[in-house]
Amino acid sequence: MAESILRASNLGISFGGLRALHAFNIDIREGELVGLIGPNGAGKTTVFNLFTGVYKSTEGAFYLHDKLMSGKKTHEIVAAGIARTFQNIRLFKKMTVMENVLIAFTKDIRYGLPGSLLRTAGFWREETAIREKAMDLLSVFNLQDKAGWGAGNLPYGQQRKLEIARALATNAKMLLLDEPAAGMNPTETAELLACINTIRRKFNITILLIEHDMSLVMNICERIVVIDYGEIIAQGLPEEISHDPKVIAAYLGE
Amino acid sequence: MNDKKNRTRSLLVSLLGVCVLGVVLLLVDSFGGMDSYIRGIFMQCCFAVIMATSLNLVMGYLGQIALGHAGFMAVGAYTSALVTKAIGLGIKAGTIAPISNVSQFFIGMLCGALVAALFGLLVGIPALRLRGDYLAIITLGFGEIIRVVIQNLPFAGGKGLANGQAGQALIGIMKMNNIYIIFAVTVVSVAIMLAFVRSKFGRAIIAIREDDIAASSAGLNVTYYKVLTFTVSAFFAGIAGAIYAHRGLGTLQYSDFTFLKSTDYVIMVVLGGMGSMTGSVITAVLLSVLPEMLRAFAQYRMLLYSVILVIMMIFRPIGLFGNYEFSLYHLLLKWFRKKPIEAEQSAAKGGA
Repeated sequence: MAESILRASNLGISFGGLRALHAFNIDIREGELVGLIGPNGAGKTTVFNLFTGVYKSTEGAFYLHDKLMSGKKTHEIVAAGIARTFQNIRLFKKMTVMENVLIAFTKDIRYGLPGSLLRTAGFWREETAIREKAMDLLSVFNLQDKAGWGAGNLPYGQQRKLEIARALATNAKMLLLDEPAAGMNPTETAELLACINTIRRKFNITILLIEHDMSLVMNICERIVVIDYGEIIAQGLPEEISHDPKVIAAYLGE
Repeated sequence: MNDKKNRTRSLLVSLLGVCVLGVVLLLVDSFGGMDSYIRGIFMQCCFAVIMATSLNLVMGYLGQIALGHAGFMAVGAYTSALVTKAIGLGIKAGTIAPISNVSQFFIGMLCGALVAALFGLLVGIPALRLRGDYLAIITLGFGEIIRVVIQNLPFAGGKGLANGQAGQALIGIMKMNNIYIIFAVTVVSVAIMLAFVRSKFGRAIIAIREDDIAASSAGLNVTYYKVLTFTVSAFFAGIAGAIYAHRGLGTLQYSDFTFLKSTDYVIMVVLGGMGSMTGSVITAVLLSVLPEMLRAFAQYRMLLYSVILVIMMIFRPIGLFGNYEFSLYHLLLKWFRKKPIEAEQSAAKGGA
């Protein structure tokens, strides 16, 4: 079995008296595609916010490649290799498609203040190099022709893709997708499915995704974790999950 | 690569443009068009340009409201004035080898800018945790604190807190009204700020303005870039302050750096367009020259500004220039070429 990449042990967070997540245990293996599902308000996005350092956990811890990540700041976690997308798309709308991807390369740029002020050869070399890298990445998503567009002017489906491209540009090993198919029509969803499969193959990346679209989840996820009221109620293969009485109860009510 | 050729050309054209401006200045000067009054206005334009462009870094690019920019200017002004005064005294006493006025000014200016930057850093680290209105109030408070502290510093012309008296002016400051040097300082300052916003730093701070949560998720250390921008902005406010202190009157008063002064620069940035250096430069010059031409209406200036601002917010909320940047090179290309070349237009966006 592949090596563990993202592991949470007894992870939890309380906001005042509200326990949003409790005793969350997960062990994601390299290359896996895991789905995280649950009814509205179950705590799915909270899990993502914990994994990306937006929230600090109040109990337990999580590890990336057995390195402790909890307590670190968002940009440190990104540098370590966890990137995410957002439920409500968060692009830099007034910047170009290209610039949106370039931002994610910023942490790898080595020229400093003097280099940028003096426009040294190193400055231009790095700027050119990241532009080429960004173009390569955009072409994976079929966005290369729109590199100069304002990101806010892209059609909805492509905005989703650009967000994924930006996340990949951080050189992530672990990708967290928060409802990537939300608001998409069936054609766009199918396209997204193909897209996710491509990036898995191409970038050899591990994915944890939140999704409400059951057909998508059942289709591509190798393993599913179901949470409700901040606790894991079931986890296993898609077929097992779809027949689990607890899951059915949580979704349909008793 | 074609890109590189364009960059070099664009740079050369810009340099040429600056030289032409310099020659115009020289011509006007040598034909006697530069009496001390005009000189004064010219200097005023210069430090206003630096103030507006540096404030634009924080307000336009970083998207944070800062109402205490005159505070940093005051720090720069007083520091540089005290430094040049000390050097002057040292030379008189024979403890320091005599150096030219220009080098004295540059040493003072650099000290002023560095101390202002230090203050920017000190204020920025706690203040930039806040945003929007809260940051505005913190910076406003900072500007006032600086002014009141200066008012009470004995070595800055004040009488000290213990005396409980109003401060006096700092007097006997060296004159540095060589318009060419001031012009050069202004051009270099604006060029440096332009280079700053057209690098990974500028990209990063615009991203933070657009969406700071997404920016940190893309791996940006948001606090670092915010504080850095604030510091750079304060540095240049310090330079503007140094020019102001040495503009030729020989005195500095704490009352020169009131909240109204800060709002003057805020108005320039907002009118010119937040996120447009071109806009800041042009409105800074306009709003420095106009009040002089309309001396008779001087006391209605603020009234007029507010009316203009209100009209602006209704009809063109992005400011005169939005985030458009003027490029002499592309203007010339447009004039002398039949067909605009696409590669060059995209290069205009990215590089230069």
